[in-house]
This record gives sequence, structure tokens and C-alpha cells, in this order.
Amino acid sequence: MGLLSRRATCNTHGQDSSYFLGWQEYKKNPYNEVNNPNGIIQMGLAENQLCLDLLEPWLMKNPDALGLKRDGISIFKELALFQDYNGFPAFKRALVDFMGEIRGNKVSFDPNHVVLTAGATSANETLMFCLADQGDAFLLPTPYYPGFDRDLRWRTGVEIVPIHCTSSNGFKVTLPAIEQAYRQAQKRKLRVKGVLITNPSNPLGTTMARDELYLLINFIEDKQIHLISDEIYAGTVFTSPSFVSVMEVLKGRNLDQTQVWERVHIVYSLSKDLGLPGFRVGAIYSNDPVVVSAAIKMSSFGLVSSQTQYLLSAMLFDKKFTKEYMSENHKRLQKQQKDLVSGLEKAGIRCLDSNAGLFCWVDMRHLLKSNTFEAEMELWQKIVYHVKINISPGSSCHCIEPGWFRVCFANMLESTLKLAIQRLKSFVSSIAMKSQSHQELKSLRRKARNNWVSRLSLQSFYDREQDTTTEVSFSYRPHFMSLSNIAATLDAAA
Amino acid sequence: MVIEIEKPSSVRLSKVAISKTHGEDSPYFAGWKAYDENPYDEVHNQSGVIQMGLAENQVSFDLLEKYLEEHHEASSWGKGAPGFRENALFQDYHGLKSFRQAMANFMEQIRGGKVKFDPDRIVLTAGATAANELLTFILADPGDALLVPTPYYPGFDRDLRWRTGVKIVPIHCNSSNNFQITPQALEAAYQSAESMDLKVRGILITNPSNPLGSAIQSSILNDILDFAVHKNIHLVSDEIYSGSTFSPSEFVSIAEILRNRNYKDAERVHIVYSLSKDLGLPGFRVGTIYSYNDDVVTTARRMSSFTLISSQTQHLLACMLSNHEFTQNYIKTNRERLNKRYDMIIQGLKKAGIECLKGNAGLFCWMNLSPLLNEPTRQGELELWNIILNQVKLNISPGSSCHCSEPGWFRVCFANMSEQTLRVALQRIHKFMEQRKVCSVNR
Repeated sequence: MGLLSRRATCNTHGQDSSYFLGWQEYKKNPYNEVNNPNGIIQMGLAENQLCLDLLEPWLMKNPDALGLKRDGISIFKELALFQDYNGFPAFKRALVDFMGEIRGNKVSFDPNHVVLTAGATSANETLMFCLADQGDAFLLPTPYYPGFDRDLRWRTGVEIVPIHCTSSNGFKVTLPAIEQAYRQAQKRKLRVKGVLITNPSNPLGTTMARDELYLLINFIEDKQIHLISDEIYAGTVFTSPSFVSVMEVLKGRNLDQTQVWERVHIVYSLSKDLGLPGFRVGAIYSNDPVVVSAAIKMSSFGLVSSQTQYLLSAMLFDKKFTKEYMSENHKRLQKQQKDLVSGLEKAGIRCLDSNAGLFCWVDMRHLLKSNTFEAEMELWQKIVYHVKINISPGSSCHCIEPGWFRVCFANMLESTLKLAIQRLKSFVSSIAMKSQSHQELKSLRRKARNNWVSRLSLQSFYDREQDTTTEVSFSYRPHFMSLSNIAATLDAAA
Repeated sequence: MVIEIEKPSSVRLSKVAISKTHGEDSPYFAGWKAYDENPYDEVHNQSGVIQMGLAENQVSFDLLEKYLEEHHEASSWGKGAPGFRENALFQDYHGLKSFRQAMANFMEQIRGGKVKFDPDRIVLTAGATAANELLTFILADPGDALLVPTPYYPGFDRDLRWRTGVKIVPIHCNSSNNFQITPQALEAAYQSAESMDLKVRGILITNPSNPLGSAIQSSILNDILDFAVHKNIHLVSDEIYSGSTFSPSEFVSIAEILRNRNYKDAERVHIVYSLSKDLGLPGFRVGTIYSYNDDVVTTARRMSSFTLISSQTQHLLACMLSNHEFTQNYIKTNRERLNKRYDMIIQGLKKAGIECLKGNAGLFCWMNLSPLLNEPTRQGELELWNIILNQVKLNISPGSSCHCSEPGWFRVCFANMSEQTLRVALQRIHKFMEQRKVCSVNR
């Protein structure tokens, strides 16, 4: 049989990484309060499930939106036929209003500059196709969302060059780090087309400070490149400092109407703020009409269902509802985050100070046997298999410091969160005890390895029935451990 | 949207962004423009341009609306919306199992139950546009070629080539044998690609054909599959119009050809389908890839992350297409209505002295106006098209937009309007032809 393309046979889709095992283990043994109280608790999924109960009554009160009616009259035919890539006008208007509201109305958006896409996944890829050629590069601050390895690189052939951030300054972006990344790209003979930031950050859960944004704007101005700001978590900022969008900074410095204004593009989505990832609603916002024009045509490959556009135009148009929703959303996120942070603190585990997102960036460096990624992997495996919590290791986010983990808190009930914290506390104390009893520790590892390795046949690895969802797939960089190395490491540790 | 006056970007956009491969600057868009500026309306604008360039199916909406009225749970997740939460969170690229099951059943029904489809081989995409592009990304590298029989759907130029960097090499078909694909034409296309140093990765056929409006005969499908086997390349069969055949016996799917061969050589065959034409739901963005190749299924599924179907829409359609009574009735009624429309337009054109290719499927007919050309060239065809657009006020698609190698053929859609509007269109054509007769007599 003829071969498939290089794109099809490479592994830039990212799904062969060992990170998958966490998902697989979770799916084989998912926690359920009633039916499986000893199962694995999913804390590797950045979903917002805290406010869906607010959406349900709205749907009941607005049957026309679901029933595809307008003032009681069916508009089914109109919607069924509507495939205009310019998007449902009412939806775009409602969306830009919502985006403005999230930014405290300090910026306003023009619906004519919006391109609708099937999720932010599609938006990010489309922007790459518009702004960069195969072999060009974008600079990304680390740690970053693992999905970018696939979304930005797979079909586009664009490279990612990391801007390394560290805990020495709370993982903020610095000028030396950006410049170092730029030089690195040049060394690799890659033409840098822009910088992509996620603000608020995934996985850090922090909003970017104004001075970071100034830094980035100055840099892209100087190098005459693009800046993409993925603001998918903009609506999850639950405490101060309040969210400052890059658009706000540009306006504040009177940079609108200059060339740099046209090189800054925003990505947005309703998957996190409204908790509707299934509906596939993403958007690109750009001030460059050429980018908008190209992106709109490309959106043909990933349009938003008109049925969904209609539903959400009605929902977002209800400003009273959206205001109440966002306010309650922030309250609940804040509470859940506080519960996690304080719970972890009691277990002697600190988190990066965060004010946004659906997760915390957790510092477990003190629990590592050594300051290495091998040790991070070992710890991660224990937490997944033994403590029975799926969390995301920092290495999967390309963090250069071992020992950091992303732990999600918004996809579960309060009671589940309490249980997860309890399990972690027990685990930490058991480590403390066991460090006094080395033999017991060795035996635990042996057991873990035996169980772990027996689940790790290459067969189940490549032949998976249940792949993960888009949220968690990403690629493992070559110099990190492959699957077979993990088994070897466990052997060595025994 | 309004495109403002372009200032030169200080930093270059990508080659893909500035290329014209999206195809929207072609002269044929003048047709759309003319329609947009002066659209026909039965009541408010009876002298406007009638849109006959849009392959939409509007003849069976009442059936869909009736279903939705009687089945609120399809659009609202039941009373109190208990299923809403789970549905809103569902972004698994495997797609809703119930929906894939329903799609497999629907595709089987369309093919008269002659073949079975495995729901686990169905990959969901936001429309056939996405499915075709995705398959191209998987089957070919940039610079490689796909062979496509002419005339073909103009959108392929964008869908198969734009972001993928893959080239299309035409398999030329002509009226001498009703535009059927021949082994000679296949070989000639292959040689042509080789002479241009292009590596051929596959053949893409549309069956039933757009713009011909006819199903490909099984002997020809066998020839095409044999050719693909012989050259060790892929075969993509875009069967988006499979439910729009006028009689169930006329359409033979590539799936049946494979079944007849006990699925030997199946791993090179991939089927594209969509609900945009058969169900008339282009706005809902529902496309699928069905592949007999495990690697293609796995890779396509992963790639579908860029183009997932809204879970809200999957739920609606899972309900609808699982309802056997509904689907049986819909398929049968839709066929009958399309058949009736087709007869109407063929008779009407015949009365006006215009011949069409014998069709048995689709939402359009392939009309032969070559006798009317001033000169048997593309220029002649465009001139005639201009007259039809601006004087007769009908937007139809000239064959050159479909890469037809013979000038004078036009694709005319008949299912995107009411019967009354179709009658008006036919009257206008009749009048136009009468006037031309008079003119030629007076010369």
C-alpha cells in the first residue's frame, strides 16, 4: 500500500507522549463518588464545570434559542442554509460585546475584524497559516499549553522556539529571555515571524503585567514581527490584578493606527469562560484587513455550526444574564482555587500565586528525589498510579525547571477536590515517613514499576482505543523520556 | 465584510495567505456579485437575478421541520435539559457514538442496505470542505499531485490545494462519451503528472458527479479502482450527493465495488460524505471521512481536532438520523421531489431547444449551450455567460469554472428555489432562445 504523507506519519500530533498514560489510567479507572470512590481523580483537564447549572435555567427560559425560532417563528431553514464564512452577524455583534465586557469595556471590538472558527484550536492554526511559512518560527514563553505543539506546528510546518521563564521571578517574561530565544532561532536558521503568548497564562494561571506587555510590544515593534495573544482564559480572572489585554495597552500608548496595531492579533473562545468546549466556538480578532480576509476564507475549513451561533447569539445578547454569569463564575473559581491552594499548603505544597485560569501551577520540587526530569516523571507516575490523581507534569508544558505540575480545579465538585487534597496530604506524609524507611520505599517502587510496566506494552501504547481529547494531546520533545525509558528508569530506581 | 484599502504590511504574511489559490478572485465571482446586488424575489423583485449557481437542496425542509416540531428532545436535550451539561463538555474527537452510529445507518440506507459501514471508521469534520482538505493533508505531501476528473467542483481548487500545497492534475473527460472517465484518460493524466515531475498520490472522484449530475457506472468505478491498485495510489470517493439520486438503483458506491471484491485493496479507499446536500443542512457543518485504512482513520481523527462538529449539532442529528421511520421517509420523498424538479427543468429546457447531459442525480443539470457560442472557445463561453447573467438575469456556472475542456457547457441548479421561481427561470430561458432564433433568422 502507498505511504501516507510525512505529516500523517510524523508524531507532531503529539499523542505518542508518555503524558497519555495519565489519561489512559484515568479512563480505565475514573473516580466516581458513588460507584468508584477509589478511582483516579482527573485534575489534568482544564475545563470549567462550575457554572453549567447557571446555563441550564437560561436555556429553559429561552426555548426559542434552542428551538431555532425567532419570536416564536421557525427560522430553521434560514439557519440550515446559513454557511456564510462571514459569520452570523448577530452572533458576531454579541460576541464582541461580550469580549469588551470581559475587558471591563476598556477596549471595544469591531465585529468586522472577527473571524469565527471551530474552537481556539482552529483559530491558532489558522493564524499560523496566515502569518508564517513552513519552516518559520514563533517564539512562545514556557511553560506553555502542550496542545500548541500540535496546533501551531503539525500541518503548518512552523517551528516553536521557547522563551524560557523560571521561578526566579514568578515565570515572568524578561527581555534577556526573549532575546535569547530570538538568537536561538537565528542559530537554527529559522525566520522568526512573531511571538505567541497566552494571557492569562496556561499553565501558570496568572495574568501578564503591564510591563511584560510593554516589553513584548517593544520587542515586536523593534523586530517588525507579529504578536498573537491567546486570551481564551480572559473571562476566568477571579481576583486582582484585573485582566489587561494587549489591545488595551496598545490603545493606552496611542499605538492604534500604527503599523504595530496591525501586527497584534487576539485569539478567543467560549470553551473556558462559558464552559462550552463541545460547541466549538473560537475567534480570531485582527486589525489587519489582509489577515482578516485570508483567515475568513480559511475558516471555511472549520466554520461554527449556525445552530450553535444562533443559540449563543441569543445567550450573549442577554447582557443581564452574562453579567450575572461572569460575576458568579469568578466567585466560584476563586473559592475553588482558594480551597486547592490552602489544602495544598497544609500538605506543605506551595503554588504559584495566581489570579486566573482553571488550574494552579504547583511547586513539588521539594518532593523530587533529584532536580531532574527523570525524578519529575517518577513523582508524576506515583501521583497518577499510587495517589490516583491525574495531573500534568511541567515537562509536558516545556518548563525548564523540574518539579512543577499543573493541577486543575474547576472540573470537579468541591467534595472531589477535598478528597484529592486529602489523598495528596496522605501521600506527602507517607513520603516523610518513608524517607526514614528506605527499604519500604524501594519495595513501593518495585510494586509500582511492576504494575506500571505491565500496563505499558507497546501494543496498548500505539494501539489505543481511547485517544485523549484535544485538551491534553501534545508532543514530547525528543530529549525527554520515551516510553521505554520510563520502564528502564523504574528498573534502575528499584 | 468590507476590505479596507490595503496598506502594505510591514512584515510579510505567509505565502499561503497572499496566494490566490483560495480562488475567490476568479471572474466567476462576478456572477455572485450580480446576484447579491440584485437578487430575485418572487414578490419584491421579480426582475432580479435568479440564483442558479448554488447547489443547495431546499426541496425537503418541511420534512425536517416537521421532525423537529415533533421531537423537541433533539434540539433541547430533553425536559430540564439533563443532557446539556454532558453535551456542552463533549469535545472528544471520536465524536458522539450515537451520532456516528446514526450516520453509518443513514449511509447504509442511502445505499439500499447493500453495504455496511462501521461507525468506528467514521471520522467527523466540519463539512465536506474540511474532510477533503484533511484527507489531502494525510495522503499527499506538498508538491505532490491528485488526479481529478474534469469537469469538477470549483471549490476543489481551494480545498485540495490551498493550504496543503498539493497540486491537481486533471483527468480530461469530454462529451464524446458523456464525460465518462476512461482508462486512457486516467493514464494520460498520470503521464502528464509524471512529465511535470509530480508524484501522484491519489485520484479523487465525485460520485454522483458535480457538475455533471450523473452517477458513475460500476464498470468505470472498477476501472478506476484497478488503476489505483496498479499505480499503488489512493482513491477518494466524494459521495456527498449519494442521497440525491433520483432513483435508488442508479447509484453504485465505491463501497459496493469493494464489497464485491471482498474488500481486497480497500485500504487505499476513502469515502467523503456530508449532510449539506442530502439533508440541505450546509449551515450545520456536518462532514465525514470513512476510511478502510486504520492509519488514515487514526490520523484523520486526530486532525479533526481542527474542525470538530458542534456537539449540539451532533446531538440533534443523532436523534434525527436514528429515527428509522424518519430517515426512510425522508430519503424516499427527497428523491421523488428532486426527480420531479429534474424532469421539470429538462422538459423546460428541451422546449427551449436546449439539450442537457442525461442526469440521474444531484441538484443541477449539465446544460449544453455550445451551439450558441460565437466561437468555440473559453472566451466565447464567457461572453455567452455574461449575456445570460446580465440580460437573461440568471446566475449559472460556466463550464470553464469547473475546468471543463469543452467550451459551452453550463451547470444549472434547480433545487435551491421554489417551483414557481424555476418556472420563471425557464420562461426567461425560453424567451432568450426565441429571441436568438429571431435574430439568427434575420441575419
